[in-house]
Amino acid sequence: MDVRFINPFLNGTVTVLKTMAFVEPKAGKPFLKKDTIARGDISGIIGLTGSARGSLALSFSESSILKIVSNMLGEEIKTLNGDIKDAVGEITNMVSGAARKELETLGFNITAAIPTVVAGKDHSISHVLGGPSIIIPFETANGPFVVDICIGAVGGQ
Amino acid sequence: MSVNKNLKILIVDDFATMRKVIRNLLKQGGFENVVEAEDGVAALKVLKSQPVDFIISDWNMPNMSGLELLKAVRSDDELKALPFLMVTAEALKDNVVAAVKAGVSNYIVKPFTAEVLNEKIEKIVKSLAA
Repeated sequence: MDVRFINPFLNGTVTVLKTMAFVEPKAGKPFLKKDTIARGDISGIIGLTGSARGSLALSFSESSILKIVSNMLGEEIKTLNGDIKDAVGEITNMVSGAARKELETLGFNITAAIPTVVAGKDHSISHVLGGPSIIIPFETANGPFVVDICIGAVGGQ
Repeated sequence: MSVNKNLKILIVDDFATMRKVIRNLLKQGGFENVVEAEDGVAALKVLKSQPVDFIISDWNMPNMSGLELLKAVRSDDELKALPFLMVTAEALKDNVVAAVKAGVSNYIVKPFTAEVLNEKIEKIVKSLAA
């Protein structure tokens, strides 16, 4: 996968979580993932099309997302309920929006589909391009989450 | 001039969680008189059934989008003067131009802080009062 795609998604994730949830995630070293198993308990997945094509997934550990959404809503949430699922979809949408805005400055015009949310231990993530994907691991004070992206330029850009 | 914090604000978003998030951000700015609708169609019903002072609407919604709602509001004699703040996940030029043409008061790109949201509201309200 083209490394130009990594930073916009990394930056978008940090910006969204800092702004909306007052959480400062620390990024680890990206690595290649060859299987389809999610690295979190709940994932938001969104398809991307345009001058680059692929998909983005954010997979959160239960402890990290409970804190993130509790901060967003200003009320404590203790279980992976409907509010959490809605919020994971919205966070995925916002990260995709922030990353696409940065990619626009690199000459990529990308549109996003509607995010879907999947939960459960060892659920799978099916990327549009089939994989492998790049994982950007993040740590928060309340647990880990990952950004899982599989995207490629269209037409030799 | 300070803005009346008792403004009745209509939040329109198909995600219940995002409505809660915006409600929470508004509360931090002192705005607690809030009603909600899950899309443009529901928003028009609210607007026809009770007085509302300010609309905050998401762009992407099923049934009736934020842009369609904006056009409906601007073409209604009773509602056309209402301040309308559009919320978008991206500031694509074409979208901004379409919203400005349709008469949007201002727009805000997600993610945003309580400070930015409340500044936008105050700026719109003050510009209308000037």
